[in-house]
Amino acid sequence: MIPILGADPLFRDGIDGTVVLIVIVKTIIVFTVLLVAVMFYVWFMRKVIADMQNRIGPQRAGPFGVLQTLADGIKLFFKEQSSPECADPPVFRLAPYLAIIPAFMAFAIVPIGGLVPVAGRQTYLQLADPGVGVLWLLMMSGIGLYGVMLAGWASGSKYPLLGSVRASAQLLSYEAALGLAVVGVLVHSGSLSTRTIVDQQAWTGIGSIVSQWYWLPAIGAFVIFCISAIAETNHPPFDLVEAEQELVGGFHTEYTGIRFAIFFLAEFMNVITMSAIAVTLFLGGPAGPALGFLAADSWVNVWVMPVFWFTVKLLVLLYATVWIRATLPRLRYDQLMALGWKYLIELAFLWAMISGVVVVGAREGWNRWVTVPAAVAGAGIVLAVLWACLPRRGEPVEEIR
Amino acid sequence: MTEFYRSYLAVAVLILAAIGMVGFMLGLGRLIRPVRAQEQKYIPYEAGSDPTGTFGQSNVRYYVFALLFVIFDVEAVFIFPWAVNLESLGWFGLVEMTIFVVVLTLGLVYAWRKGVLRWA
Amino acid sequence: MWEQQVAFWVIAVAMAGAAIGVVRANNVVHAALFLIVVFAGSAAQYILLLAEFVAWVQVLIYIGAIIVLFLFGVMLTRAPMREERGKLDNSQRLASAVVALFLFGVLAVFLIDAFGGTELRFRDSMVEVGSAASVGDSIFRQFVIPFEVVSMLLLAALVGAVALARRD
Repeated sequence: MIPILGADPLFRDGIDGTVVLIVIVKTIIVFTVLLVAVMFYVWFMRKVIADMQNRIGPQRAGPFGVLQTLADGIKLFFKEQSSPECADPPVFRLAPYLAIIPAFMAFAIVPIGGLVPVAGRQTYLQLADPGVGVLWLLMMSGIGLYGVMLAGWASGSKYPLLGSVRASAQLLSYEAALGLAVVGVLVHSGSLSTRTIVDQQAWTGIGSIVSQWYWLPAIGAFVIFCISAIAETNHPPFDLVEAEQELVGGFHTEYTGIRFAIFFLAEFMNVITMSAIAVTLFLGGPAGPALGFLAADSWVNVWVMPVFWFTVKLLVLLYATVWIRATLPRLRYDQLMALGWKYLIELAFLWAMISGVVVVGAREGWNRWVTVPAAVAGAGIVLAVLWACLPRRGEPVEEIR
Repeated sequence: MTEFYRSYLAVAVLILAAIGMVGFMLGLGRLIRPVRAQEQKYIPYEAGSDPTGTFGQSNVRYYVFALLFVIFDVEAVFIFPWAVNLESLGWFGLVEMTIFVVVLTLGLVYAWRKGVLRWA
Repeated sequence: MWEQQVAFWVIAVAMAGAAIGVVRANNVVHAALFLIVVFAGSAAQYILLLAEFVAWVQVLIYIGAIIVLFLFGVMLTRAPMREERGKLDNSQRLASAVVALFLFGVLAVFLIDAFGGTELRFRDSMVEVGSAASVGDSIFRQFVIPFEVVSMLLLAALVGAVALARRD
């Protein structure tokens, strides 16, 4: 039997009760941790922003207010639900599911740790590793879009409808840029599987931060990915979806109680997932130095250290998102669409072609100091031609309806 | 049953677990929350005033962006297998994709020049 | 291989039910949601046939983009808050049922005629054939010209979209 590249060894020799149990336990643990992580992240965000604004932030529930989100969540369980009279009841109820299930599922492809032994089996600390790998992320954000769109439509109310159409157009635009940014990594990795991508960025010493991890060879893709991931998760400065001054609460205006909590959870879960994917694609995932004074196969080095490094990198990115949230003002809608379609997509195309030239050049043995500048120069020429083709400022352009 | 199906069974477990978890949360909410029906609660929200008329048309611009997205999604579907295979395809693959991308970029520039990408 | 048969029939019945739902739904958005189920079912069938990349492309393009386009179109053209019971219904049910059955019969006859005796045997080594890498390999080595023609087709679609959006 030929083992599939990157596939989990857990499934290699048939399925029995133990395998099923391992899969179920893994799933439940990861999903629960994800929920707890959302609660922690919301607290973290409020606390950090409070610090940046010279406030105290949540402090009553639990030590340092850690339990504040939990308290808010419990309160929402006890709140009455109402659905507006013009709502479409089945779709109105379905929408929260469509919002949060993809948020759970998208996290499944993130490798949290390495290969671990469980009950005599070997398995990856990762829920699923489909052969389509990172495409999975795009699909899940595509399905999550339905949650937003249908929530607004099914509410039968003006603000939610406006908010949802606006939000779904935003999500669509940045999904295109996000997908093209991922290509910048794929040309280097030669595989879609997140497990393989992480394995290629394995830790071989301090130098692997620059030599192995993909953030440097795919630096342009990294920047584009981060910007479009922030937009894709409706995170400020791209939170036009719920621009309070214009749209009240956006697509979830009519949602109350626990259903609202579900949308809220899904949104922050997506932030965590996108950061985790960025760690996976660009920052080596669980790669990091093991504790040298312990044996390589001791449980600390097998279980704890990869998860530790993954968490550290994730926290750095999450801190960055909070920082951005506290710093940048919200974009206007025309700026948002212009950024997505006029700049990010073109730049992602160019970056994919430049990295293509670099990869092919390395394979054909061309001199790197010739190919890279040549590729950049070529890209510059293309940009100049594009620039020349575009309408000048103030030049009359045919208006559309 | 091959290893391939088995790994997709894990995906099925994932979907069921996610549905179960959300269903549990919503079901729990249904059990413990109060229901006190009142007519005023079900009026659509309109910043406090009575709702005026129905409304239900969005701008054509959104539709155009959705159309553009379909085109770029199809294009992404081609560029993914290309990126994965690039190393074995060599410079020939690079030229192929360059032509493809240039043709599409021409389209985007056309859209830009025609003012479709402008929102104002 | 009985698991595969069971999975096939479960998915097939779900798809057929959802397809009937598409036709019978009184609301365009509900119909679109049923259509999503049909597409998801066909993606699952592709997975049963080990065509992994095609399966997920089906999800990515049809569910992730085409239906979204439908829904945008719905929101563009009609008031979504009105119940339009009866408006979408058509009195030619009988004729459509006859046509549908006829189409089903023709397809069934031709497919059984072409592939009826063939038995599919799946091995792990066949998984590789359905992967993104081998699909890409055949696109960029054997089907180069069709691939470039696709770019022209997409360009035509783009120009069409622009023409659609213009004032005239």
